[in-house]
Amino acid sequence: MLRERSLWFAGFAAAALLAEPALAADVDGASLSTLQWWVWPLLLFVVTFLLGIVAVIAGLGGGVLFVPIVGGFFPFHLDFVRGAGLMIALAGALSAGPGLLRAGMASLRLAMPLALVGSASSIVGALVGLALPVHIVQTGLGLTILFIVALMWTAKKSEFPDVPRADALSTALRIHGIYFDAGTRQETAWQVHRTREGLVLFAGIGVMAGLFGLGAGWANVPVLNLLMGAPLKVSVATSSFMLSIVDSSAAWVYLNKGAVLPMITVPSVIGIMLGARVGVRVLTRVPAAAIRKIIITLLLLAGTRALLKGLGIWN
Amino acid sequence: MATPEAPHASPEQLVYARWLDIGTKIGFLVLVAAFAAYVLGIATPHVPLDELPRFWSLPVEEYLAAASVHSGWGWMEHVMRGDYMNLVGVAMLSSVSIVCYVRLLSLLWNERDRIYMAIAALEILVLLLAASGVLGGSH
Repeated sequence: MLRERSLWFAGFAAAALLAEPALAADVDGASLSTLQWWVWPLLLFVVTFLLGIVAVIAGLGGGVLFVPIVGGFFPFHLDFVRGAGLMIALAGALSAGPGLLRAGMASLRLAMPLALVGSASSIVGALVGLALPVHIVQTGLGLTILFIVALMWTAKKSEFPDVPRADALSTALRIHGIYFDAGTRQETAWQVHRTREGLVLFAGIGVMAGLFGLGAGWANVPVLNLLMGAPLKVSVATSSFMLSIVDSSAAWVYLNKGAVLPMITVPSVIGIMLGARVGVRVLTRVPAAAIRKIIITLLLLAGTRALLKGLGIWN
Repeated sequence: MATPEAPHASPEQLVYARWLDIGTKIGFLVLVAAFAAYVLGIATPHVPLDELPRFWSLPVEEYLAAASVHSGWGWMEHVMRGDYMNLVGVAMLSSVSIVCYVRLLSLLWNERDRIYMAIAALEILVLLLAASGVLGGSH
């Protein structure tokens, strides 16, 4: 109970720190004179380290937390924040991918067709996002984050969805498998259905990933698990691996457009990776439900901030 | 410690995992080394560190104009500068999947798996198109 209260306190302290007007204010001449250049990257490192810890515990990618929080409360332009968000999502997926593939949790055959559609559409999303006026992207980001909050609050998950018969497309693509669950020491055979609908939705998810630099695990997993019927662990692992492909194409667009600023991107990537390592270690020792509530609260705050910033109400 | 290999992971999946692992580690190493050279002042940056706050709040188009940097592969002109050196690591991380897919394509070719060969080839084309800068740069 005490630990849960401490976590709530830490979460709200972080939220309050981020909401502090002096920090949220745009960097104009006056505030520049009082702040050394290294304060922001250092603060960014600390915040991303904390985000890395809570993201692992909440089962989220770092990008979905990073973009609204850093975009809303740091002085960096949203173009660079989205570029960094994509690199965070990419770095996390690249690190996790080999282990997930070796363990047989992620499925290369399930990922490849969906990643092809997703990576092509993420290029479109990235190009559109970098061409649109920033207030429109901010507004869209705010609405998307608030949708994710609603999704996290209400979405159901199915450990082993019932797939009575594989559809023709997944049969032709031989998308099926067996995975070994080290926890239960059991082998589970799986197959998928509604592949065509899944491909259509992954096109939309790719656009969102490129547009907002969010990564897209929050959307991938429900489509793989609830729509296509892949077991939950296979869905989570395959989604995580797929981001290493989908986010690569969008990351190239941001890089070529000049929207990857090393002083924002690298401390964030290192911070979130180190935080994720700590998160994995403490995963079993912290109350995940409390962390999840803190994350939802933070996202609610950041999504509202992005929406109001986009609408010109809270700048 | 490496993750134990599952008995049901296909041989091509295991090869892909090995290449992904090696490529990612090299990319991270380059990224961290370049960033250390940047912040420790070993390599002089194109944009001075104490002037960064004037630049990072600008939209990307204005930033490029203010910093006199071209989009597309224009950053390569400044690759020996501390800040742009970091983009080599970023580019390597963004390219790991292309290398893995090329390796995968050769395995699929050996197996005569035409459908997945086509998917892999298309994915390589998509990633190369994104990397080419054709869609990105206009300056």
